[in-house]
Amino acid sequence: MALLKKSSIWIAFLVALLGLPLLFDSILAISILNQMAIGIVFALSYNMLLGQGGMLSFGHAVYFGLGGFLSVHALMLIEYETMVFSILWIPLIGGLFGLLAGIFIGSFSTRKAGTVFAMISLGIGELIAASSLIFSSFFGGEAGISGDRTFGPTFFGFDFAQNIEIYYVAAVWAFIATLFTWLFTQTPAGRMANAVRDNPERAEFIGYSSRKVRFISFCASGMFAGIAGGLFALNYEFITEENLNAATSGRVLLMAYIGGLGYFIGPIIGAVVLTLMNSLLSNYSELWMLYLGIMFLLTVMFLPRGFAGFIMMHQVAWVRGNMKMLIKPYIITGIPALLFTACAIVLIEMSHTDDEVFHYLGLALNPASPITWIVILAIAGGAFYATKRSLIQLNDAWETANAIPKEEEA
Amino acid sequence: MLEVLIFATLNGLVTGFLLFMLASGLTLIFSMMGVLNFAHASFYMLGAYFAYSLSLYFGFWTGLIFAPLIVGALGALVERYGLRKVHASGHVAELVFTFGLAFLIEESIQFFWGRDTKNYQTPDLLDFPLFTLFGQEFSAYRGFMMAISIGIFIALYYVLTKSRVGIIIQAAITHPQTVSNLGHNVPLIFMGVFGVGTALAGLAGVIAGPVLTTFPGMATVLGSIVFVIVIIGGLGSLAGAFIASLLIGLLQSYAIASDVGMPDLLNLLGISFDRSHPLNDLWTMNLPQIAPVLPYLLLVLVLIFRPTGLLGKREE
Repeated sequence: MALLKKSSIWIAFLVALLGLPLLFDSILAISILNQMAIGIVFALSYNMLLGQGGMLSFGHAVYFGLGGFLSVHALMLIEYETMVFSILWIPLIGGLFGLLAGIFIGSFSTRKAGTVFAMISLGIGELIAASSLIFSSFFGGEAGISGDRTFGPTFFGFDFAQNIEIYYVAAVWAFIATLFTWLFTQTPAGRMANAVRDNPERAEFIGYSSRKVRFISFCASGMFAGIAGGLFALNYEFITEENLNAATSGRVLLMAYIGGLGYFIGPIIGAVVLTLMNSLLSNYSELWMLYLGIMFLLTVMFLPRGFAGFIMMHQVAWVRGNMKMLIKPYIITGIPALLFTACAIVLIEMSHTDDEVFHYLGLALNPASPITWIVILAIAGGAFYATKRSLIQLNDAWETANAIPKEEEA
Repeated sequence: MLEVLIFATLNGLVTGFLLFMLASGLTLIFSMMGVLNFAHASFYMLGAYFAYSLSLYFGFWTGLIFAPLIVGALGALVERYGLRKVHASGHVAELVFTFGLAFLIEESIQFFWGRDTKNYQTPDLLDFPLFTLFGQEFSAYRGFMMAISIGIFIALYYVLTKSRVGIIIQAAITHPQTVSNLGHNVPLIFMGVFGVGTALAGLAGVIAGPVLTTFPGMATVLGSIVFVIVIIGGLGSLAGAFIASLLIGLLQSYAIASDVGMPDLLNLLGISFDRSHPLNDLWTMNLPQIAPVLPYLLLVLVLIFRPTGLLGKREE
């Protein structure tokens, strides 16, 4: 019974993963779901490093990319029948090479955490990205390499030509990877990783080599990044230098940070939110990267623990049954804040458009007329002021909702 | 051979001094706040773009003076309203903040100036060959770049070691509490140094823009190299940053100018491989080809064998 209770959240997760394509079955939705599954595994592996182990890496794409490259090579070998196995196992190959790369690079880079580690990871990331362009017979130069996933033995008649079939493969692998990353946090190695992150000196005093602890986390993280790379190879059937360079490393940092470091669910939230922004927002605006940058900076400044941290902040109020005290203040602050955001977006978009008439939220605006600008600026100013004022009452409500009840105090 | 060597040395020195203008600010900011400013090269890029826009209306020289001032003011604002707030959440948050800032600045530049390369020109006044050696010209503008960089180096050295302000800054780096007790406004000093550091990066952008082309990726091109320099030189060491800047500048310049490669080495050893060898890429590699990789290789080697860098202090 206790086991059932413990595993219920995992069963729910698996059901959600497998059930999502029934709800969203368009081609776009399936492609987004595939990206989410890849993003979740990748972001979880990054959180293992930074969130659990305290190692800030600027070159995590190396393991993702190397896993992906080896996976595409494996796809080619299956195509030429040098190897015969189902493409279901491709992510395992990616994971294996991610692990090997982790063992090799971790052997010298995990001596120190902090800035030294961050810089080594940056250096190695740049080194490998630049070398990949030199060794073009393996990495395919700027064009990258491509394979075909429809070869090899079929799996109960599926030949994986459709994206939806790959989604189920990716979903199962994402589930396995999530389960194992969570189990890793429960092992002594995972617990010690937290200890070494918080205080390496104390960990050394109780007899653990902080370097060895970091090394284990590092290798495991490299392996899961490699699995994500293998999933990427299966989904897109090609991989380029871009998948192991600094841009990809930056993106996974963004995912994990916006989602919330230190919380297991954080990177999952981050991967989902960022993939959605990436796929949906880019349809509406070519400036979506700018919005992403602004959102990222605001998150670092005001929600240092990410979205997951923001949700967890309400735990105390929830336990005390005070959530309803917060609903009204949230709405009062939220409306002007949303209005301000909408105004800011329209100002940014209007200054970037060449159209005569700018359509926004059902309004037809004239970007050439100064009146439009003055009106929107005035609304934005008013909304900003209202948000600022209403924050005071939100703060008060927050204090009361989290206050220790009278009887407990006594 | 000699002409190649001389020109490679001159170009290496121009790059090296330019890199030092960025590295000096970065390393000063690091010694104060203990945070590596990822966005430092982005301020360099901002400098180039501001100077380009100013040069369209008022000419190059106005841009040279005002663009670094604008960049410095922006830098000070970032410190006051961004970094100082994030400081409470720890070093990782600060590093991530500057990382996000670099991202945002690049996107903003594309927003305001577009994605294309800007036609930012050297001023007519400096558009002549400074001297001609072995039939090759050395442009006056490169000489001007070198003069400005060396001037900044001397000024920085003088201000930091000889002036009263410099002595207060040095004291504030090691003993902020004591300096504060003596009645100095330490947060203001930090903001000032951050502003001056970013202004120097902006100045480097102003003078590098016409030569290294002004485009939205220029921060990425130089950004990680500057990081490599401050690490190789030893974090927080100005002299180390100076040596490492020249070292990297010369190293890359020599590597690009040289025409040796693996085939020469293999010939020397009397080994040969046919073209179908799986490692053919390795056997046909040459030095100019791997020039962009060299700084990172050096970085990784330094970090493994001497984690404190060339002149870095021993870790406590």
